[in-house]
Amino acid sequence: MKSLFQLYIQQFKTTFATMFQYRASLVIWMLGQVLEPLVYLIVWSTVSNGNGGSIGSYSTASFVSYFIILMLVNQVTYTWVMFDYEYRIREGYLSFALLKPVHPIHSDIADNIMSKSITLPILTVIAIILGLAFHAGLSVTPWMVVLFIPGLLLAFALRFLLEWTLAQCAFWTTRVSAINQIYFFLLLFLSGQIAPLSILPHAVQVAAKILPFYWTIGFPTELLLGKITIEAAFIGIGVQIVWLAIAVLLLRLVWRLGVKAYSAVGQ
Amino acid sequence: MVNGSSGQSGSSFPSAKSPVKNDIVQIHGLSKTYIVNEQEAGAVATLRGIFHRKKTEVPAVDDISFSMAPGEIVGFLGPNGAGKTTTLKMLSGLLYPTRGNAVVLGHIPWKREKTFLRQITLVMGQRNQLVWDIAPIHSFELNRVIYRIPLDDYQRILKELTDLLELGPLLTKPVRNLSLGERMKCEIAAALLHRPQVVFLDEPTIGLDVTMQRRIRAFIAEYNKRFGATVLMTSHYMADVAALCRRVVVIHHGHLLFDGELALLLQKFTSHKTISIQLGECKADLNKYGEVLSCEEGRYILRVPKAETARITERLLADLPVVDLLVEDPPIEEVIDRAFTEWNP
Repeated sequence: MKSLFQLYIQQFKTTFATMFQYRASLVIWMLGQVLEPLVYLIVWSTVSNGNGGSIGSYSTASFVSYFIILMLVNQVTYTWVMFDYEYRIREGYLSFALLKPVHPIHSDIADNIMSKSITLPILTVIAIILGLAFHAGLSVTPWMVVLFIPGLLLAFALRFLLEWTLAQCAFWTTRVSAINQIYFFLLLFLSGQIAPLSILPHAVQVAAKILPFYWTIGFPTELLLGKITIEAAFIGIGVQIVWLAIAVLLLRLVWRLGVKAYSAVGQ
Repeated sequence: MVNGSSGQSGSSFPSAKSPVKNDIVQIHGLSKTYIVNEQEAGAVATLRGIFHRKKTEVPAVDDISFSMAPGEIVGFLGPNGAGKTTTLKMLSGLLYPTRGNAVVLGHIPWKREKTFLRQITLVMGQRNQLVWDIAPIHSFELNRVIYRIPLDDYQRILKELTDLLELGPLLTKPVRNLSLGERMKCEIAAALLHRPQVVFLDEPTIGLDVTMQRRIRAFIAEYNKRFGATVLMTSHYMADVAALCRRVVVIHHGHLLFDGELALLLQKFTSHKTISIQLGECKADLNKYGEVLSCEEGRYILRVPKAETARITERLLADLPVVDLLVEDPPIEEVIDRAFTEWNP
């Protein structure tokens, strides 16, 4: 346990050093993280204003808050391992990782935690500025915050494990980008990224709540926004835990099969 | 260098050293067959390939057996595609074999047990493990915690490696700014920080200039001597092999072709020698003595059958006004090349 802790500390330092090698790209990349939700924010506020100041249970001000919180939630939960994996396999980095006496997932977990610790404070400042500029309406109650924190951390853990598992597709195919495209398409609609789930058709809502997507982004966002009752919040956290357990099992299974396939073929 | 009992081999052909109980690497009947999707040329064939893939079996390694004693350096030779890298990957645990077994340090490599992984290393000259964008020292530090090297040991080992490989100023430069040779030195250091007992080197000197090759070679010899590590290395540069390996294992088309002392291999496949003689000018016809390879400013190079060398030398000295005479073995590359072309399974 102690050695694993040291590994995390060392990986933090490595990530820190890597990120500051490319400061310009870091800024450009963060800009992208801001722009996408900003576009949805503007579109939905405009539609809402044209609709008499609200759509469903969302007022214009709560649309603004929704997309600003979503931007932060997305920042905490997103990963880039799916884009990396094919490269890791092709360039042989994965072979070296497999020869190390520690599971390669640890480096990725530490890498994610560190990069987010650097980018999150910056994005939080941007979020506050956007909130003021677009007149966000947000009244946070203590219990929302208390439930939001585990909801957010579970969302991160769940999304990380799912995307890490999905990244393993690279063991079988070299056309990972097509699979990633499908995943991001589903994520866009079913996670609440494109619009709050409650204003989407009923069928989409049902599908989103059965599948894991909503629980990785939309749920914590709505939790902080106060769109979810306490009972529903506890149930939601329960669903997240169930999905997390499924994701762990799935990851272990896929990893074992993937490494087996890799060890049969080699690179 | 501690040398294994490679004496009896080389006399039979192909030959293999019978495993001894305390051998650190034992390989028996190791085979690997790859299944490859065939891609045919032409649009129709490509379309057909979407629905029906033609699969072929490509045997990469076929029934290889040899073993290595602790502290031995063995050169693993063969032309491109002979199965060297596949074998190294199986021995380091990256690949499952199709058949056969291997035991390295008492472990089955492809189970990849942590106690096994902590004692071995694999250096691939064409691949890198260092994080590209940052200085090697960060990757070294990562390896320190991954391999749980105590801090005192790490600092001592790092200093030793830094001195031996002259890493000093390289440690803090981003890897992407290092030259190929500098990077290779850092790669080797990163791979040896945990002081592995068994070292697999796959083309550690590829693409490097002669000076750098020599330095890496000297380092491998020194590392082996100092720590008694067992080394199995492949290289296309015969100078590496000649300098480091008394024993060589040669494979070709996945088959074991030779296992024994390098000197024996050379003897076996050296059927000719070259005689160079200095005469006044290039006007004489020396074809009756042997094959004339060249003549420049009166210096003839003749190729003669090995068994006849003494007799022909004698005749040359008796018949001609020879100023100077030199008998040489053909270059080691030529000999190995001959071994590959002559042996067809």
